[in-house]
Amino acid sequence: MTGELVVLRAGALTTVQDLGRPGYAHLGVPRSGALDPASLRLANRLVGNPENTAGLEITVTGCVLRLSRAASVAVTGAEAEIRVGARPGDTGLPLSVPAGTVLRIGPARGGVRNWLAVCGGIDVPPVLGSRATDTLSGLGPPPLRDGDRLPLGTPTGPPAPVDLTVGPPQRDELRLAVRLGPRDDWFTPAALDRLLGTAYTVSPVSNRVGARLAGAPLPRAVAGELPSEGIVLGAVQVPADGQPLIFLADHPTTGGYPVVGVVADVTPLAQARPGTTVRFHGPQR
Amino acid sequence: MRIRPVGAHALLLDLAPGNGSTPADAAAQVEAWRAELAHRRDLGELTALEIVPAATTVLLDGVPDPEAAAGSIAGWTPRPAAARSAAGPVEIPVTYDGADLPVVAEHWAVTVPTVVERLAGTDFRVAFCGFAPGFPYLTGLPGELALPRLPTPRPRVPTGSVALAGPYAGIYPSPSPGGWLLVGRTGLPLFDVTADPPTRLTPGTHVRLVPA
Repeated sequence: MTGELVVLRAGALTTVQDLGRPGYAHLGVPRSGALDPASLRLANRLVGNPENTAGLEITVTGCVLRLSRAASVAVTGAEAEIRVGARPGDTGLPLSVPAGTVLRIGPARGGVRNWLAVCGGIDVPPVLGSRATDTLSGLGPPPLRDGDRLPLGTPTGPPAPVDLTVGPPQRDELRLAVRLGPRDDWFTPAALDRLLGTAYTVSPVSNRVGARLAGAPLPRAVAGELPSEGIVLGAVQVPADGQPLIFLADHPTTGGYPVVGVVADVTPLAQARPGTTVRFHGPQR
Repeated sequence: MRIRPVGAHALLLDLAPGNGSTPADAAAQVEAWRAELAHRRDLGELTALEIVPAATTVLLDGVPDPEAAAGSIAGWTPRPAAARSAAGPVEIPVTYDGADLPVVAEHWAVTVPTVVERLAGTDFRVAFCGFAPGFPYLTGLPGELALPRLPTPRPRVPTGSVALAGPYAGIYPSPSPGGWLLVGRTGLPLFDVTADPPTRLTPGTHVRLVPA
């Protein structure tokens, strides 16, 4: 351990995340990991870390931290105000934080989440090969609380020389490519028309497990229960109320509601505030 | 068997029981395919990050070229599950004092001691894991002994609880809400994140619920 990260204000939900623990789904262990892996990778590259190094995923309200040693840090993701002591900082750039200086991240001005990389990484003990907090199963470190002290690892490389990085676009409407199946045959043709032809909105009860949507319900052609089956990232599951749910990183490994289709890229949902419009586009019907 | 596409990098082998076959046949098929696919992966003939068996399906996730993989799989025949299970069963010591034993006895129209005898005498197999890390769905009970869940789940079922629901027995590896009928408990730790694999009860493993 080479120093500590002290949590002065944890905010709504700040968790340790890396690229998760894939390969254990057959044992009921969710993948977990950063909701937008590319943003965490970028933050790590900016401070000279290997891309899978653990950082923090910060949600909406932001957080306030202090580092016990001088460190290069980088914040990626949502547009957010950053302060290193009294000095303003930018997302998408390496920032030098002197030892003992207060680092304020957020709140997010648009979007939902930020990723913070600290050179050397967050060095909590790995669980099944990952330091990620899994909010569904409870594996990994618990969400941060005020006063927590997290160990920092040893820096392995110099910060990247960066001219410019581009943050995620802030959008009021997401268009998500979807492939139908594996259980599209459990739905009526009208349901598939609705899915591909009408707008849904992101519900406030969305979280790291899934983005819940509200809109035209999707009627089933097949009644009864589906025996539990394996779930993938981006699966669009349709529970009994007919309102689709798109599974994100902390999704369960199996589920008993039919999956009508699978979204190719869920990462825009990591920044989708409640009320954001979602439109699916898929094969022409 | 039907192979269903799942997004851009996954496949679902659908082994749902069809004409004349039973859920038990489907479970045997799932195990046979799970073992076959794991074997093919070990041989380098299949690339998949996850092989996830479930009730009547096997999911392959993290497959770089699902179309090619589906083509290969269609040409494979799984060896029967029995031919592979060389290892003896994992014995789980169970104290049969669950709160729902009388309910189970009523459903099965037998006495509580007979329920315990049946469970203790059953050769269970881990059909799949799900619900929570290391939660095993154990098959082996005859289909006609399938049980309903509690109408209202308990808010907290303790670690090690042995319980029944549908055609399955299960063991709670960690405390959680649960709607399964409680028949007993084990003190054996089931899920240890410092071990690799973190559970001995991996899919395909034979299990006996031995009276403690």
